[in-house]
Amino acid sequence: MKNHLRPALVLFGALTLLTGVLYPALVTGIAQAAFPQAANGSLIERDGKAVGSSLIGQNFSSPRYFWGRPSATGPMPYNGANSSGSNQGPTNPALADAVKARVAALKAADPANTAAVPVDLITASASGLDPHISPEAAAYQLKRVAVARKLQIERVQALIDAHTEGRQWGLLGEPRVNVLALNMALDAER
Amino acid sequence: MQTNAVLQLVLYLAVLLALAWPLGAHIQKVFSDETPRYMRWLAPLERLFYRLAGVKADEEAGWKGYAIGLILFNLIGVVAVYALQRLQGVLPFNPQGLGAVSPDSSFNTAISFVTNTNWQGYGGETTMSYLTQMLVLTVQNFLSAATGIAVAIALIRGFARKSSATIGNVWVDITRATLYVLLPLSIVFAVALSGQGVIQNFKPYQDVHTVEATTFQQPKLDAQGNALKDAKGNPVLEDVTTTTQTLAQGPVASQEAIKMIGTNGGGFFNANSAHPYENPTPLANFLQMIAIFLVPASLCFVFGRMVGDRRQGWAVLAAMTLIFVLAYGALVSAEIAGNPALQQAGAGSALNMEGKETRFGVVASSLFATITTAASCGAVNTMHDSLTPLGGMVPTLLMQLGEVVFGGVGSGLYGMLVFAILAVFIAGLMVGRTPEYLGKKIESFEMKMTAVAILVTPILVLAGTAIAVLATAGKAGIANPGAHGFSEILYALSSAANNNGSAFAGLSANTQFYNVLLGVAMWFGRFWMIVPILAIAGSLAAKKRLNANAGTLPTHGPLFVLLLIGSVLLVGALNYIPALALGPIVEHLQMAVVHH
Repeated sequence: MKNHLRPALVLFGALTLLTGVLYPALVTGIAQAAFPQAANGSLIERDGKAVGSSLIGQNFSSPRYFWGRPSATGPMPYNGANSSGSNQGPTNPALADAVKARVAALKAADPANTAAVPVDLITASASGLDPHISPEAAAYQLKRVAVARKLQIERVQALIDAHTEGRQWGLLGEPRVNVLALNMALDAER
Repeated sequence: MQTNAVLQLVLYLAVLLALAWPLGAHIQKVFSDETPRYMRWLAPLERLFYRLAGVKADEEAGWKGYAIGLILFNLIGVVAVYALQRLQGVLPFNPQGLGAVSPDSSFNTAISFVTNTNWQGYGGETTMSYLTQMLVLTVQNFLSAATGIAVAIALIRGFARKSSATIGNVWVDITRATLYVLLPLSIVFAVALSGQGVIQNFKPYQDVHTVEATTFQQPKLDAQGNALKDAKGNPVLEDVTTTTQTLAQGPVASQEAIKMIGTNGGGFFNANSAHPYENPTPLANFLQMIAIFLVPASLCFVFGRMVGDRRQGWAVLAAMTLIFVLAYGALVSAEIAGNPALQQAGAGSALNMEGKETRFGVVASSLFATITTAASCGAVNTMHDSLTPLGGMVPTLLMQLGEVVFGGVGSGLYGMLVFAILAVFIAGLMVGRTPEYLGKKIESFEMKMTAVAILVTPILVLAGTAIAVLATAGKAGIANPGAHGFSEILYALSSAANNNGSAFAGLSANTQFYNVLLGVAMWFGRFWMIVPILAIAGSLAAKKRLNANAGTLPTHGPLFVLLLIGSVLLVGALNYIPALALGPIVEHLQMAVVHH
C-alpha cells in the first residue's frame, strides 16, 4: 500500500494539472482565436445591444410573432440559466392536459385556422431552449402573423423561407426554422 | 421517416468503423510500449511524470498490486471531487458566486464521476462553478475513462500472455491512456465542437434584452423572503414581467469532448446534450454519437490485435453491433409510432416530440438514446422520461444487460469478455469438455469470478429498486403517476449500478435518500466488477496457452457470435423481465387500451 501512495498522489496531481488546467486553457485559446463568435455564445445584437443568441430560443406569445416550442424551464419559460424538459411521461394526464391547453391557446389566437396543429408546436422541447420549430409549425402560424401585422402572406412566406434550414449537409438532423431570427426579421420589416 | 431511420444507422456505423479501425491500431501500439512516431514529442512529459511519481515504467505488478493501485488512485479522486464541491464558494473561477454543494450531493457526484457513471442529481448551470467543472469533473472524465481502458488492457494481457506472473503497470497504463489516447482525441473534438457553436469561455452569465416581454407567475415572498400562503395553505402567486433572458456560459467545449469520448455523459448544463450550447447542430450531434462508440469499438480491434487473431475482435464487435441494431430498431419504431394521447389532444400526428429538440427530430434522438445507453455514456439529447413506454424500455434494458453493447470505455470490452467466458463455459457444459477461450482453460476460479462480475449489478439494481419502492423517501421522488413512476425508480437504479448516468429525470433524486442509495450502487457496480475481472486477468496470465485442436470451439465464427449474444440476452432476460413487466410493459398496455 505504502509504495502505491506516492505514485497515486503525484500522478493524480500531474494529470489533474494536465487535463483540468492546461487542456481547458488550450481549448479556450484555440476556440477564442478561431471561432470567437461561437465560443462566446453566438450572440445577436440589435442597435448595439445583445438581444439574444441564435442558438437559444425566446418566449413569444403575441399573435404578431411566430411562437416557438413550449418550454418547461422554471420559473419562466426559456430560462437560459436553468435548462430543463418537462419530464412528463407518455401516459401522464398532466401531459395530455398541457397539450390540450396549448392547442386551445393556438386556436384562440387564430380561430379561423382549422388545420391540424403540428406536434412540435404543442410538445415541450428537451432543453426548454429549443430555438427552432418545424417548417410545418411555421406554416401553421403564417396567416395569423401576416394578418396581425397587416403584411402580405407572400412577404411573410418569403421570410419563413429565408430562415428555413434544411438537413445539415442534406443528410443530418431535421429541417427547421429559427424562431428568434424570423421574428427579428419581421420586426425589421417596417 | 423509416427510410431516414435506416439511412442514419448505416451512415453512423460506416463512419464509426472507418474511424475505429485506425484508432485500434494506434491504441494497440500505445499499450505495446511502442509510442507511435507522431506522438514521441510527448514522451519527455511522460518520463517526467514517472520520475516525479517514482514510477519505474518497466516494473509490472500481479493482479492484486494492480487492483490496489487502481482503487487507491480512484479513492483519491473521490476525495478531490468531494472537497472541491464543498469549497467552491471560496475558490476562484466562480463568476455566479455559486455556494458549496450539499454534503450528500457532493458525495453522490464524487462517486458518480469517479466511477464513470456521471449520474447528476444536480443541474450543472445552477450548481457547479467553472473551477469545479474543470478541475474535478473534467479531470475525472479523463481519469475514469483511463481507468476503464487500463482494466480492459490488463484483461487482454491475461489472454495474450502465457505463464506470466504480472498483468502490467497500472501507473503506466493510466498515464499512457490519458496522454496518448484520450487527450489528443479530446483536443481535436473540442475544437470541432466549438466550431459548430459549443461555447468555450470564462465569462459570467450573459444577460440579453429579449424581443418580447415574458409574463410568468412566481410565488410571492414576504419581507423575510419566505413564500406567502393563502388561507388554504397554497402558495400565493404573483405575475411578473421580464425582458431579460440570462444565458449560462462557461468552458463547455473542453468538457463536452471528453464527456463523449470517455463515455462519461455528465452534462455541463442540466439539459445535457439537448442544450443548444452543448449540442448546437445536427453535425455536432452526429460527432457526439460517433465519439461515444469510438473508443469502445476500437478496443475490440485492440483485443484482436493483442491476442494475435484479429477475427476474435471482429466476433466481439459483431455481437455488440447486432444487439445494438435490434435495440435501435425497437426504440425508433416506438417513437415514430408515438403517443396516441398527443393526437387525441389535438396534434396533427402522434409522433413523440415531447422532450425532443426540433433540430434532431425523432430519428436522431432515438439513435442518440440507443447509443448513449448501449455505451455507458448517459449523455442525453432527448428526455428519456418522456419516451414512449417501449421506447423507454430499450434504454433501460440496454443498461441492464450490463453495459456490454459497446459499453463504457474499457468497461464495455471487459464486461463483454466476461460474457464470452460464460458463453464458452455454457458451450463446454453442452459437449462435456473443459471450456477454453483463446487457448486458456476456463476453470473454477475464473467461473467464480465471472459469476461475481455478472451478478453484482442485477443484485444492486433489483435490491435497490425494492428498497426505493418500499421507502417513503424513495416514493417521494416519483414525478409521473402509475407504472411510469416505477419505471423512473427502476431506471435510476439500472443507470447507477451499471454506471450509465442517464435518468428518467422527472425523479427527484437530489435527496439524501437517493444520493446515498445511488452512490453506493455506483461504487459497487464499478469496483465489484473491476476487482474480479483483474483477478481473472491475473489467473489467465499465469496459465499456459493451449493450441486449438479439433474439439476446440472456434470463437471467431457466427456460431460463437450467436452464443455470445444468447448469453447476454439470456442473463438479462432472466434477471429483469419481471421488473420490466411492472413498469414499461404495463404502461404500454395501458396506453394501447386507453386509446382504442
